[in-house]
Amino acid sequence: MDINLKILRYDPESDRKGHWENYIVDAEPEERILDLLHKIKWFEDGSLSFRRSCAHGVCGSDAMVINGENMLACQVLVKEVGNPIKIEPIRGLPVVKDLIVDMEPFFDSYKKVMPYLINEKEPGDRERIQSPEDRDKFEDTTKCILCAACTTSCPVFWTAETYVGPAAIVNAHRFVFDSRDEGTKQRLEILKDVNGAFRCRTAFNCTSACPRGIQVTKAIEDIKRETLLNS
Amino acid sequence: MKIVKHSFDGVIVGAGGAGLRAAIEAAPHMKLAVITKLYPTRSHTGAAQGGMSAALANVEEDNWNWHAFDTVKGSDYLADQPAVDILCKEAIDAVIELEHWGLPFSRLDNGKIAQRRFGGHTVKEGESPAFRACYAADRTGHMILQTLYQKCVSMGVTFFDEFQVLDIKIEDGICQGVIAYELATGDIHIFETRAVTFATGGFGKIFKVSSNAHSLTGDGPGILYQKGIPLEDMEFYQFHPTGIYRLGILLSEAARGEGGILRNKDGERFMERYAPSIKDLAPRDMVSRAIATEISEGNGAGPDSDYVYLDLTHLGAETIKKKLPDITDFVRTYVKIEPIEEPIPVQPTAHYAMGGIPTDVYSRVLSDEKGTVLPGVYAAGEAACVSVHGANRLGTNSLLDIVVFGKRAGQSMVDYVTQTKPNSISDSASDDLSKKIQNLTDKEHTDEFSVANIRKDLQESMEENAKIFRTKETLEKQTEILEELRDRYENVTIFDKSKVHNSELVEAIELDYLLDMSEATVASALARNESRGAHSRQDFPDRDDTNFMKHSFAFKKDNTANLKYKDVELGKYEPMERKY
Repeated sequence: MDINLKILRYDPESDRKGHWENYIVDAEPEERILDLLHKIKWFEDGSLSFRRSCAHGVCGSDAMVINGENMLACQVLVKEVGNPIKIEPIRGLPVVKDLIVDMEPFFDSYKKVMPYLINEKEPGDRERIQSPEDRDKFEDTTKCILCAACTTSCPVFWTAETYVGPAAIVNAHRFVFDSRDEGTKQRLEILKDVNGAFRCRTAFNCTSACPRGIQVTKAIEDIKRETLLNS
Repeated sequence: MKIVKHSFDGVIVGAGGAGLRAAIEAAPHMKLAVITKLYPTRSHTGAAQGGMSAALANVEEDNWNWHAFDTVKGSDYLADQPAVDILCKEAIDAVIELEHWGLPFSRLDNGKIAQRRFGGHTVKEGESPAFRACYAADRTGHMILQTLYQKCVSMGVTFFDEFQVLDIKIEDGICQGVIAYELATGDIHIFETRAVTFATGGFGKIFKVSSNAHSLTGDGPGILYQKGIPLEDMEFYQFHPTGIYRLGILLSEAARGEGGILRNKDGERFMERYAPSIKDLAPRDMVSRAIATEISEGNGAGPDSDYVYLDLTHLGAETIKKKLPDITDFVRTYVKIEPIEEPIPVQPTAHYAMGGIPTDVYSRVLSDEKGTVLPGVYAAGEAACVSVHGANRLGTNSLLDIVVFGKRAGQSMVDYVTQTKPNSISDSASDDLSKKIQNLTDKEHTDEFSVANIRKDLQESMEENAKIFRTKETLEKQTEILEELRDRYENVTIFDKSKVHNSELVEAIELDYLLDMSEATVASALARNESRGAHSRQDFPDRDDTNFMKHSFAFKKDNTANLKYKDVELGKYEPMERKY
């Protein structure tokens, strides 16, 4: 069947601002939106630019706004979004070209929360022991693939780019609730800041946007609670 | 074209598991850069699911020697046994090290790292399936990639994200540096360096149905192959038995490790006929051949009788939710089936290159079949061939390979850099790449010579003629097709002439590597008149230890390959008939 795609395009070498372009693509209902973008790029207009790699929702390259909502283009099928389909770059990060945004501010925020295990104790020559119950406490936030779908769906982030954003807080959560980690104090100190977790206004956009099904808003609430308990 | 020059002691190309592990080893000792065409966390290590084997003996008695026996038998006796010993012995410390760096392994009730069964891994040299694969649910690769990247962030490792290395400069047999293309600007970057590790992953995109990411185009092997470095054991390409029908998306062997069963259209558990003792947990080459045989004998399911079922319905919702959450989500997302209630349509999918850049056990690149070391150049992970996987890799051993030999690549870089002085690369080092790019942007675009059309014909023909079962006829036919495709590629054109994020330009250069990989694969397969591991010749159905206990080395010659051979390094395990 014919699918009508409207794509917000921007070429920094020739455009002053973005403009919509229409494409008609022959597609099956079971095809991924990424497949349709590839059909345009490969067989119609090679200049259409977007990021992609794994094509099954684990690498986090192709987050974009599809019919108004943040999704991974490789994880959503034609039959789930209807016709026509409107595609735009994710919001709140500078657009570089077409559907490609500058990811540097996003990764800078991620790095701010010390996203690595902090434990100065000599661990010995075998694994540290961790009960399945303790392991479960941060299971949800280990799933993050850093696609930025959550952060760029957040209304607070749209207006305040200094806000670390949901993804960074999720990655702090992954360590704060890991029984092996000893960096909680340092991380919560960072997240107490005016640009930290308390900036969240509980809009739940991040939770709906997460392609990995992480309870992002809950993770942020966990961090807020932990900060209050520690202060 | 703007040209930017950098100077480093060492450069690592690729930021998946092998590249990051090498970086952790090398970074404290030198000025190091890691260059990746993606962002590190988007590397395909993140798609690995089931586990990473090590004889920790957390569940039952185990011994790294048994792991080595299984790896050698699984390799159909083509793996070099001293290298396998290193892999299996160092596996134990490698897993512990990752745990110490924070990897969130799934845990047993006693708090130790959980271990599960996997194909071809047994206790006591074949007695029964072994609980050896250490795992984090069914996203072990994701957790390895995240943990290694987190460690790099904590160490302040320098990354060049979305820079694609497209050339290496070797003068008088000595590495001078690499040349990269910056995706965001179209600028050329000359990286002056005396030590380079290639950790660019595989090249599964030579086939149509593949579990591989779009980015897996054999860049590292391709760059070296074009400089006269051979590629080892290219005829051995692994097809994973359980890809989602038509899409090829991987459904981990862990599904069968946890008790999943393969069934044909009649519901028969057909693996009982092919591997009576370990059945569905036979190594991947055997299971993929069994599926292909079932389909060709008319036992496939569906309107075209071209798939079989992976049945998880008896495992129960709790096991599926706890141990196989991601892969069952893939099934829900892409096939709209509930795997707790219905069996899943699967078919073999192109998955893993056993072959690649030849290295020794110190991850040093070898420039010929005699074992001559190419100074300053290293390779690790799927891009390399040590060889620890021989003719068929066992599941979980790739995640092991990347950390064990990634670390060794890093150590070798340190040794080399501390023993040598910096050399200087000339400003003209980027001329070849500049010319290549200029040529692509100058030519007027025509559909006939578009990247996508040539690549589509390549992938479809490789799928048809060089996949699970091969014959002299299909391989000769594919040789002719590759010649025609190569002629077309000489005239390849691109529509996009821009500088910023011109991914069409990059795809055009990657297609060159895909053609190289295909040419080396087909030439090596045509010359191996036997069936061993993943290389299955219907006209030579038996293994031939008299003539083929040897590794192939394919040297690029015009548009095909010139083949030489090196004997397999044997050890304590005598080749025997491979039965399970």
